[in-house]
Amino acid sequence: MDLRDELNPANVLLSKRKQGEFNSFISREELDEALAERHGKDLQKKFQNAKVAICGLGGLGSNVAVALARAGVRHLHLIDFDQVDVSNFNRQQYFVSQLGKNKTESLSDTLLQIYPYLEIKTDTVKITRENIHDLLKDELIICEAFDKAEQKAMLVEEVLRQFPDKYLVSASGMAGKKSVNEIKTRKITNHFYLCGDGVSDLAEGDGLFAPRVMAAASHEAMAIISIIDEIY
Amino acid sequence: MVTINGKKYDFSNITIYRVLEKLNYNIERVVVEKNENIVPKANYDEVSIQDGDVLEVISFVGGG
Repeated sequence: MDLRDELNPANVLLSKRKQGEFNSFISREELDEALAERHGKDLQKKFQNAKVAICGLGGLGSNVAVALARAGVRHLHLIDFDQVDVSNFNRQQYFVSQLGKNKTESLSDTLLQIYPYLEIKTDTVKITRENIHDLLKDELIICEAFDKAEQKAMLVEEVLRQFPDKYLVSASGMAGKKSVNEIKTRKITNHFYLCGDGVSDLAEGDGLFAPRVMAAASHEAMAIISIIDEIY
Repeated sequence: MVTINGKKYDFSNITIYRVLEKLNYNIERVVVEKNENIVPKANYDEVSIQDGDVLEVISFVGGG
């Protein structure tokens, strides 16, 4: 059954508790001032208002989320039905202490240790053609971060078709050991960026390595930051 | 002639489904735009392309 996380009181309590745990280390004003010193007051203001949905919290999504949290992009909507698994550790931002836990919850915990003042919304659901409209309606910027080619195609088609005014960043082609130089960002339209090398498919013997996957995720995060700069 | 990803082909009066088949695309892994409008996958075998149409086919691969 497809139950939105916000309807589950346990999830709301957990994130509030985590937020309380980490905001004792540094005040929001101090943190925001430090960030503004790094990237300027204007961009800092934009990051405070920006809302980004991250579809898939694996090698791409977890790394995109960390990059955006570090920039102080304040409203993150994390969507993934899956739990942390031993096969994740070679490239995803999870820790062995989180084995078996929902990725949404685990990643939220991690992000709050980076920027305790994030407003995180989670949905521990599988994204389908039927629920996309309801799930993604609140964010102007959508990040496609799935691992399966068919899911990528499905999400890109539905977002471009149903939400032509939103901004979509997707990634395809990051498997194997070829040079990271081949990971690029292509601006397909003003509203659609495609990152990756476009061709390196996950296949037998051609695995996923953190450097290449993180590079693709970095391209996505940077495209998102450019979009935020442009539209907020 | 139709233009597909910038190249010209002598196709006409065939469905998008057939075009993708001819060009060896994996139907489940593509997004198709015809004259700047997304064609939903469910319509690939109903929508046909005519002379002058411009198709963009984006292919996705696995891994992430």
